[in-house]
Amino acid sequence: MSVAVVGSRCRELALLVARRLAFAVPVLVIVAVGVFLLAAASPFDPIYQYYGVDVFTATAEDLAATRARLGLDDGVLTQLGRWLAGIASGDLGTSRSLRQPVAQVIAERLPWTLLLVTVALVVAIVLSLVAGVVAAWCQGGLFDRMVTAIGHAMEGIPPFVLALVAIAIFALGLGWFPVAGLTDAGAPASAEQVLRHLALPALVLGVSQTPWLVLHVRGSLLAALGEDHVAGARARGLTEATVVLRHALPTALLPFVTLLGTRVPELVTGAVLVETVFSWPGIAEAVVTAALAVDFPLLAALSVLATAAVLLGSLAADVAVALADPRVRADG
Amino acid sequence: MLRPVLIVLGVLSLALATACSAPTASGAAGGDPTRMVLADGYEPDSLHPLLGYGVEGAAKFFDGLVTHDADRNLAPALAAELPVVAADGLSWTVRLREGVRFHDGSAFDADDVVATYRALLDPAHVSSVRSDYVMLAGVDRIDPRTVRFSLRNPDMAFPHRLTLGIVPAESLATPAPLEQHPTAAAPIGTGPYRLVEWRRGSAMELAANEEYFGGPPAVKSIIIVFAPDDNTRAQRMRSGEFDGTVLPPALAATFDGDGSGFTVHHHSSADYRTITLPSAHPVTGDPAIRLALNHAADRQGMIDALLAGRGAPASTPIPQVLAEYAEPSAQFRFDRAQAERILDEAGWVRGPDGTRARDGVPARFNLMYPATDTVRRDLAQGFTSDARAVGIDVALEGLGWEAIEPRMATDALVLAGGNPFDPDLVGYPLLHSSYAGDGFNNPAHYHNPAVDAGLDAARRATDPAQRAAAVRDWQKAYAAAPGFVFLVFLDHSYLVRERWDGYRQVVDPHTHGVTWGPWWNVEDWILRS
Repeated sequence: MSVAVVGSRCRELALLVARRLAFAVPVLVIVAVGVFLLAAASPFDPIYQYYGVDVFTATAEDLAATRARLGLDDGVLTQLGRWLAGIASGDLGTSRSLRQPVAQVIAERLPWTLLLVTVALVVAIVLSLVAGVVAAWCQGGLFDRMVTAIGHAMEGIPPFVLALVAIAIFALGLGWFPVAGLTDAGAPASAEQVLRHLALPALVLGVSQTPWLVLHVRGSLLAALGEDHVAGARARGLTEATVVLRHALPTALLPFVTLLGTRVPELVTGAVLVETVFSWPGIAEAVVTAALAVDFPLLAALSVLATAAVLLGSLAADVAVALADPRVRADG
Repeated sequence: MLRPVLIVLGVLSLALATACSAPTASGAAGGDPTRMVLADGYEPDSLHPLLGYGVEGAAKFFDGLVTHDADRNLAPALAAELPVVAADGLSWTVRLREGVRFHDGSAFDADDVVATYRALLDPAHVSSVRSDYVMLAGVDRIDPRTVRFSLRNPDMAFPHRLTLGIVPAESLATPAPLEQHPTAAAPIGTGPYRLVEWRRGSAMELAANEEYFGGPPAVKSIIIVFAPDDNTRAQRMRSGEFDGTVLPPALAATFDGDGSGFTVHHHSSADYRTITLPSAHPVTGDPAIRLALNHAADRQGMIDALLAGRGAPASTPIPQVLAEYAEPSAQFRFDRAQAERILDEAGWVRGPDGTRARDGVPARFNLMYPATDTVRRDLAQGFTSDARAVGIDVALEGLGWEAIEPRMATDALVLAGGNPFDPDLVGYPLLHSSYAGDGFNNPAHYHNPAVDAGLDAARRATDPAQRAAAVRDWQKAYAAAPGFVFLVFLDHSYLVRERWDGYRQVVDPHTHGVTWGPWWNVEDWILRS
């Protein structure tokens, strides 16, 4: 490949990234405004969140004064304008359900979610590559039939069921892992503590994502094994291992990368459920709290964050594919 | 080329095996006795007194001017002695304790008291407990050691309101909604414990305040783990992770005498559950229906069937355990025949379908309950079947609060609340006609001049015997013409590891969580030798 070609390839990719990011901005704004309008249309009254149980002894006069003071009676557009103005000045607002600035909620919780999701993703990739390759290799064998059957069955099992079963077996039954939380009660968040508590939720989240990936790896590897260049490699008398891992697998992996990108939304949803079951103090657990309390500033920030994760996930996958496979056109 | 795959598999299985064999035993059992780990099903929204944290005392981080002892008598806390009332009953003077310091090292004086109560009254701070202080006109500093509270009208129950935690004046300098204030999550008080860390949704760590004016607590560190699910909490309790928790009575009873090292404490409470009977509704507003329903409800049956026998029948908001105030004659007996007789005499006759009617109006009304509250749902169902038995048809509706609130004046509701301290605190806003339809206070517009007069008399009476008599009078007046069907006072059940001495039985308020219950005086507990 000449220098000029590499250069034009880089330009193509930069254009792709720029175009996608430009598209992302209106998408994020639409999501934020949409969440805001939905929250405004819901019958939930934020005054209950502010008062907690004190609402039952509050007088109507004080409730009205509080409403006015917090701006709860203002029109939807006024509230939306106030919120957007805050965003523009870098203030994400205050979460009413967690009683913390939204920026602080994100700063405190996002690292734990990233840790969980990253480890889960690695678990999912390793598991699906190993199991998928072995299954395709011994197509029709016992292992292949097991993987295919379990994979199809697991596609129908929601992550929280998997999580509850895992707790029942590995935490309560066998006592190998702690039930929930980030650390033992009162223990500081040391590496040893966090790793021990991370194991079960990360495995559950990873395993819950595996079925699609493993079936896909198996399927595309089988297809690749039937292609001409693989037949050519076989004809040249190369060992079976070289044929499968060096010639067939790379072709099969390209769509796998794209699939990984499209699994990001599923991973976000899975994280919400897994974090809730395991009391993992991540951002996804905050989503549940915010949604139950119609905590608009937090809900909007988290929806935008989730949308951004999905957009970035598919962008990263597309760039990776374009980088790995020169045949892919990046300007489409 | 198969080798890399095998290596990866090998590493994976090795990693799993190591993770599996890692030790998991830890937690509280056998650990440091100055450290206590509690599990709570309820996490506070905020830790600010003006946002309702610890307003009934036992606030751990905070002290009020006064506090309640185990027998519910007032005792001075940040006050040097009990508040003194002026001759006209319109002002209360409080002398303050000297030499007290906040957790941040600053000295406590009259300015802090004045700032806390002025912030409470100032709408700009948007305190959620402001409505409890409608009688309070203002507060003034007399000298650095004395403050005076001015009231709009005489109120002998007022000192019971002074359990509100005092915060440093500096923390209230900016008038802004308190929910955004840093101290809403990072409390600064004078209390026996200070906050070390609060990991939202997970745990809270408290450390003893060695400078506490009542002496440093012997339990140096308290960790409160938040675990909302009752069964999970019980499981983790069994695995020895915690030194105590709150559980539903039936679940707590499974730990009784099983050698697990826990004592089960069942606390009586003033935590009532009642059915409101809206005055504006043609059926629930009828005196005969109201009286008949009170006789038709099998309260003990509900306690036995729904609450594992843990609870006390309720007829008024004053529980029988408060012997000094409870009026024995103001109790309703379960007597179905009596209920039928009352309805027959009032002209409510049974129709062919068993439902009574009078002048073409069927004896039928709706009963709302918050859909997520299983205890209220069960009680509502029990009440419905008891009402059905005497020919009154009740239609149940499980709803959210936002759907309940606008209908409270016309549809019945399962309401909860309660406070074991002065009867005025719970009785007045619930029963006095001046509170009718005011927020959630007196939601069914109960109006009874004799009850109003008794409540007012109790508020004004300075002599304790006179007050008790007035409280008994309004209970009798209420029982003659009830506007609710009080069902039960719930018992609260707790598990406590047998490791410390100092536990004192109390009557619980409606408050949630482990700050109350057996641990209300944890700062006085000592290690068992």
